[in-house]
Amino acid sequence: MEKLRGRAWKFGHDIDTDMIIPARYLNTSDPAELARHCMEDADPSFAGRVQPGDVIVAGRNFGCGSSREHAPLAIKACGVSCVIAASFARIFYRNAFNIGLPILESPEAAAGIRQGDEVEVDLGSGTITNLTRGEQYRAAPVPPFMQEIIAAGGLINYVRRRLGKDEV
Amino acid sequence: MSMTITEKILAAHAGLERVEPGQLVNVRVDLVLGNDITAPMAIQEFRRIGVERVFDPERVVLVPDHFVPNKDIKSAEQAKVVREFAREQGLTHYYEVGRMGIEHCLLPEQGLVAPGELIIGADSHTCTYGALGAFATGVGSTDLAAAMALGEIWLKVPPTIKFVYHGQLPPWVGGKDLILYTIGKIGVDGARYKAMEFTGPVIEGMSMDGRLTMANMAVEAGAKNGIVPPDGVTLRYIEGRVKRPYRLYHSDPDARYEEVYEFDVSGLEPQVAFPHSPANVRPISEVGLVEIHQAVIGSCTNGRLEDLREAARVLKGKKVHPYVRLIVIPGTQEIYRAALREGLIEIFLEAGAAVSTPTCGPCLGGHMGILAAGERCIATTNRNFVGRMGHPESEVYLSGPAVAAASAVLGRIAAPWEVQ
Repeated sequence: MEKLRGRAWKFGHDIDTDMIIPARYLNTSDPAELARHCMEDADPSFAGRVQPGDVIVAGRNFGCGSSREHAPLAIKACGVSCVIAASFARIFYRNAFNIGLPILESPEAAAGIRQGDEVEVDLGSGTITNLTRGEQYRAAPVPPFMQEIIAAGGLINYVRRRLGKDEV
Repeated sequence: MSMTITEKILAAHAGLERVEPGQLVNVRVDLVLGNDITAPMAIQEFRRIGVERVFDPERVVLVPDHFVPNKDIKSAEQAKVVREFAREQGLTHYYEVGRMGIEHCLLPEQGLVAPGELIIGADSHTCTYGALGAFATGVGSTDLAAAMALGEIWLKVPPTIKFVYHGQLPPWVGGKDLILYTIGKIGVDGARYKAMEFTGPVIEGMSMDGRLTMANMAVEAGAKNGIVPPDGVTLRYIEGRVKRPYRLYHSDPDARYEEVYEFDVSGLEPQVAFPHSPANVRPISEVGLVEIHQAVIGSCTNGRLEDLREAARVLKGKKVHPYVRLIVIPGTQEIYRAALREGLIEIFLEAGAAVSTPTCGPCLGGHMGILAAGERCIATTNRNFVGRMGHPESEVYLSGPAVAAASAVLGRIAAPWEVQ
């Protein structure tokens, strides 16, 4: 599986979906438009400065609040390669897998990584390397069933296979 | 082996004798739900799956409620996508403006959810239906798309935390205060991935409207579902509404709980959640002077008839403070009409409130009461996150209907007994 590399953007605990994408922008589901407002109420400069490959690193309960899939979609569309958090809210966790946004649960990484650190993520092994500080962290393993969804390329492709719409 | 009510409902829908916390199960769904924000994305994904028809046109419910009546052109386009899909698929349960309601007020009222059923909805407050002794949880749009096609979904069986409420609720203290108090105790991730089972004599004595308010906010503690054991109150509520067979499940006496919390609520005061977290809760006596610019009474949390009655009891013969806008939003058309018949709407209008057609509107900062920078609102809604009701520098305080009504009269957050 691929390795991801980028700078870390640090956020705190309980980052809610209104912070990730405020409801005033939910009158569209266009990923490019959502991306322009990603994290706006937490850091208004984020969407303008984030670079492709960058990584969001946050504390406990990332993505709490609403079920809006616009939240992981906005993060993915603004070029963020993965989200690392101490823990995730459950609907956000499902949504991220379903749309193919890689997420990793690692309290150590959430504590060790600082704003702007250069981070490398090996999704296959769940290893997170902090290139700036020379540290390595382990992420919680992804349940095998979730791995199947990722391997299929998201939930929709997984369902298509189940229904015999695609060759396996 | 013994099981909780949540485990029993999941086992029954998975076709298994028993399930255990942590187990992944594929379950049959009795009902799936989407709204004008989540359904358009789900419909797009549904088309990608490549099936022609939803699994059952009587079990897919679409309720445009968030940005309706359409607040702008983009919202109108989204609502149109939902409307056209409902017609194309011949859905029995599509609810148009003028005949609709806020989804989580509407579905129980219309008898679309019943005890023992398994409901998923692309809206986080789908957990509301646990008040009827059902398993209900929120998911995203892609999960909704898959469930619309398959009539099934995979779920992880959650461990259960049991909450037992003892004592006697004091006057002006209700379901909203109880759930805010509980979230204040366990935090916004205190029940993350878990089931919250609400039990005890206080719950047994609580009306269905109060129970719906409590189960509604389970997600605010991170829970997968909130659930109340079905009883006489449940049966009286569904009588005449639910016309299909249903099943009552109860936790076994020796069911395993991850934790058990016992609360004596006899001395409980009305609760207020300060910005910007539903867990940032204080009793009304410790609120201090907080001047407000707006009060909102409504939403899927507190937009039911009993909530409006409670607000009207405070507002009768009173005037809304000259510096305050009071917005009252009945949860459904039926609630609106009942409030009209009972004279509640007249009380609100006489007090100087604006009364709106049912909509989620201001709760999520959509429309019908957006806040400017520096403005403060007391609301009977469910979230007070940064920017939730408008400008990121505005503030939302959460309470029950009585406190919101009293605050509207006095221009500051106040207890109902201060208005006399």
